[in-house]
Amino acid sequence: MNRYSRQQLFAPIGEKGQQCIRKKHVLIIGAGALGAANAETLVRAGVGKVTIVDRDYVEWSNLQRQQLYTEDDAAKQLPKAIAAFAHLQAINHDVVVEPIVADADARVLDRLVARGRPDVIIDSTDNFDVRMIINDVSQKYDVPWIYGACVGSYGLSYVIIPNETPCLRCLLEEVPLGIATCDIAGIISPAVHMVVAHQTAEALKICIHAPVNRKLVSFDIWHGQYRMIDVQKLKKDDCPSCGKTRTYPALQYENETKFAVLCGRETVQIRPAQRREREWTALISFLQQKGIQVVQNDYLCSFTVDGRRFVVFSDGRVFIHGTNDIQEAKKLYYQYLG
Amino acid sequence: MYCIINGETIHLPAHVRTVAQLLHHFHIHKKIAIVEINMHIVPKEDYEHTAIADGDRIEIVHFVGGG
Repeated sequence: MNRYSRQQLFAPIGEKGQQCIRKKHVLIIGAGALGAANAETLVRAGVGKVTIVDRDYVEWSNLQRQQLYTEDDAAKQLPKAIAAFAHLQAINHDVVVEPIVADADARVLDRLVARGRPDVIIDSTDNFDVRMIINDVSQKYDVPWIYGACVGSYGLSYVIIPNETPCLRCLLEEVPLGIATCDIAGIISPAVHMVVAHQTAEALKICIHAPVNRKLVSFDIWHGQYRMIDVQKLKKDDCPSCGKTRTYPALQYENETKFAVLCGRETVQIRPAQRREREWTALISFLQQKGIQVVQNDYLCSFTVDGRRFVVFSDGRVFIHGTNDIQEAKKLYYQYLG
Repeated sequence: MYCIINGETIHLPAHVRTVAQLLHHFHIHKKIAIVEINMHIVPKEDYEHTAIADGDRIEIVHFVGGG
């Protein structure tokens, strides 16, 4: 019995489409909630190869929504890419799964795409620094990517096809600082699955060369809202990522968010590429709602979460006190400050 | 004035007259929002001087980072 029979019965895919899917390589950036669900769906669907990149390990707080992982993975604190690999191979041994335990920075992503030549890149990250890198790598190597993100019960998704659709930088212009994250506002599993449903449907279309949905999709699964906006007019000829004269700004070292240990102070400093005002009103009100004390003046605000003191300066810089570990600081930074 | 925002009829106070004021009213940072009025998308540079009128159908999508 053909394990893909039901998918082949679906007329737009058919037997021919399935053969096409079997030859495709999908690169998934991030193995958290979005990454685990994207990987499972595409591995079950029978893509040829899945590469999954993640820098983190499995924790108890992941198990509520990160569907591939088990209590045993959390007890062993396995790297997410490694735990995902084992479960994905058990689900479908026909698919080549390549786990990569690494921080998806510009260098790593450039190499992965140049070497692996994926047919599509799926965004399952938790921050815009990496998304802007994915956006530039996608344009540089002419590989489509699918944005997906969620917080609370809200989520959105959008497909970027190089040389055809506006890219993420056309829509966003710069990396937003200080927006809601799952570690502040929480997240429910149905919102994750709604995003993943959109991402994987579009990924399957890309695999069989069918036309994708070019609208920006957003929804609130708790409040029953769903909308699609046609953003094609926002494509900019002078966009530094996808326009006529390209510099791929997110791939330049000087535009990276810098993490540095402050010697002798048990502190990591995080410096975004451009000096700019950090939007912290929403963050402060969330923290205060949770009863976390926030000290604030004209120049900075500070608060303690997870036993670490954060000092957020109005010029965009952040200190995380109580650690000398850059990877830990990186994780905390993106968890709480987006 | 009343506008249909993301499918719901919502009463807006008199001081909300432009897209920029609308986003401010809902505490949405303009850099992370995409706004469509009566099926026409509004470029970010026009938020300050694009007026909203009674009965407009407005869609607001804001980007989030989580995942």
